[in-house]
Amino acid sequence: MDKKLLKLLCKNSRYTFAQLADMTGMTEEKVRECVSEMESSGLIRGYTTVVDWERMNSAYVSALIELRVTPKAGQGFEEVAKKIMKYPEVETVYLMSGGYDLCVIVKGKTFQEVAMFVAKELSTIDSVISTSTHFVLRRYKEMDVELCNDGDDDRGNYSL
Amino acid sequence: MDYSKILRPDVVALKPSGIRKFFDIAETMKDVISLGVGEPDFPTPWQIKNAAIRSLGDNKTRYTANRGLEKLREEICAYVSRKYGVSYDAKTDTLVTVGGSEAIDAAIRTVVGEGDEVIIPQPSYVCYEPITQLAGGVPVIVETKAENEFKLTPEELVAVITPRTKALVLPYPCNPTGAIMNRRDLEAIADVLRERDILVISDEIYSELPFGDEKHVSIASVDGMKDRTVMVNGFSKTFSMTGWRLGFALGPKEIISQMNKIHQYAIMCAPTTSQYAAIEALRCCDDAVAQMREEYDIRRRMIVSGFNEIGLSCREPKGAFYAFPCIKSSGMSSEEFCEKLLYSKKVALVPGPAFGRGGEGFVRASYCYSTDHILEALKRIGEFMNEIKG
Repeated sequence: MDKKLLKLLCKNSRYTFAQLADMTGMTEEKVRECVSEMESSGLIRGYTTVVDWERMNSAYVSALIELRVTPKAGQGFEEVAKKIMKYPEVETVYLMSGGYDLCVIVKGKTFQEVAMFVAKELSTIDSVISTSTHFVLRRYKEMDVELCNDGDDDRGNYSL
Repeated sequence: MDYSKILRPDVVALKPSGIRKFFDIAETMKDVISLGVGEPDFPTPWQIKNAAIRSLGDNKTRYTANRGLEKLREEICAYVSRKYGVSYDAKTDTLVTVGGSEAIDAAIRTVVGEGDEVIIPQPSYVCYEPITQLAGGVPVIVETKAENEFKLTPEELVAVITPRTKALVLPYPCNPTGAIMNRRDLEAIADVLRERDILVISDEIYSELPFGDEKHVSIASVDGMKDRTVMVNGFSKTFSMTGWRLGFALGPKEIISQMNKIHQYAIMCAPTTSQYAAIEALRCCDDAVAQMREEYDIRRRMIVSGFNEIGLSCREPKGAFYAFPCIKSSGMSSEEFCEKLLYSKKVALVPGPAFGRGGEGFVRASYCYSTDHILEALKRIGEFMNEIKG
């Protein structure tokens, strides 16, 4: 698959096919074809929006939860990870190397709501041995996008 | 005090660069979107900055040799040999300068005296003509043609050579036209020069920004030309190091040693911290440069196709980071076009004539900007064109 195309889409999935064609030198038709193939093959799983929630008045908190889990024979962490990812409160689930097993990012409206979700839902799952909750205090960069950059171009008009 | 009794009339008569005029207006306006800046928007790669910081920690804050740190000169020679296949002696053929600008100034001042002629293809960078004039020389302008892709042709060159011709400035890849000269083009120029005593001052500052399949070729790599060429290059554009002010000149020792005298008295040595940083740049930054080039290429394709869609015909620039679209379809002069566009749509471009003869009917648009910035500028220019056609 065309890596250049994928890189451009990662940067901005709202480029039009015509713009992508211009930038890559492919024909518009070819771009359309490549993108739809990447979508149908599952290489591209979705498109999302990077939001600076601090600019919204409605509260948004998220936390990174370290989960230690007892793996199941023949299954490893698969079953529990897939169970956890189904909660709408859960944004991200990763299997990790190192000191814990699953990294789960949970979002909610208040600290309380997230904490209660962890206490009531995650920690009560059978194979979960322990949880450790780390709240996100400030987001600086997410999905390659800088959130606290006002985009000022500090170049002066000095070049000739 | 009567300053007119003190000031040199020819200095007073020098015109400030035509690029300035529009920026001075743009700076007084709000929300102007500029495609004017000829300077990379990428930060200097972190390895280079770290090398500079490390050198400061090690107290490398003294003068260096006039010609530049020996280690840096060796790296420059290795780089140029690896990239362009020309080998130079780090001890005798190499001079580290304050940007490519100083190298151009020193080269011209070394060979040009009262009444000597310097052939300068235009449209091109703005410094060659005034530096020649200040040296007492006579700029002989060759107007390169859009139909020749703004390349200098051997016929154009032969036509202006006289017994007083001392030097030819060869500014490729070219700011503002984006033209490059490939090996065949350069061989034809070499055929004209080989039997003559004319020095080529080859300004190759954009050498690492050729696009498409063609690699940069230095005229010094053409048979018999190394001995009659001063190759000028620098770190500003390739490594996004404009503010570090570092460049170099490579050439026959007979010329470099004379240039070094001017450099020694005028400058002493190039900035030490920048020199240490530059060693790292030449050694370790091929990947970083390739990434920047890839990004420029994406923007280049986007801006060229954008101009063409708007109805401003734009050839594909083969090098540097500028598009040079033709604005004749607007029915305006370049200056008028830029002025109206700035006032009505707040987009700043540079009129072609700022780069000398042959620039009328064109404007320069830098694509050292994010794709979003370029798209917004194109949108506004498109609206502008619709309004004047409407």
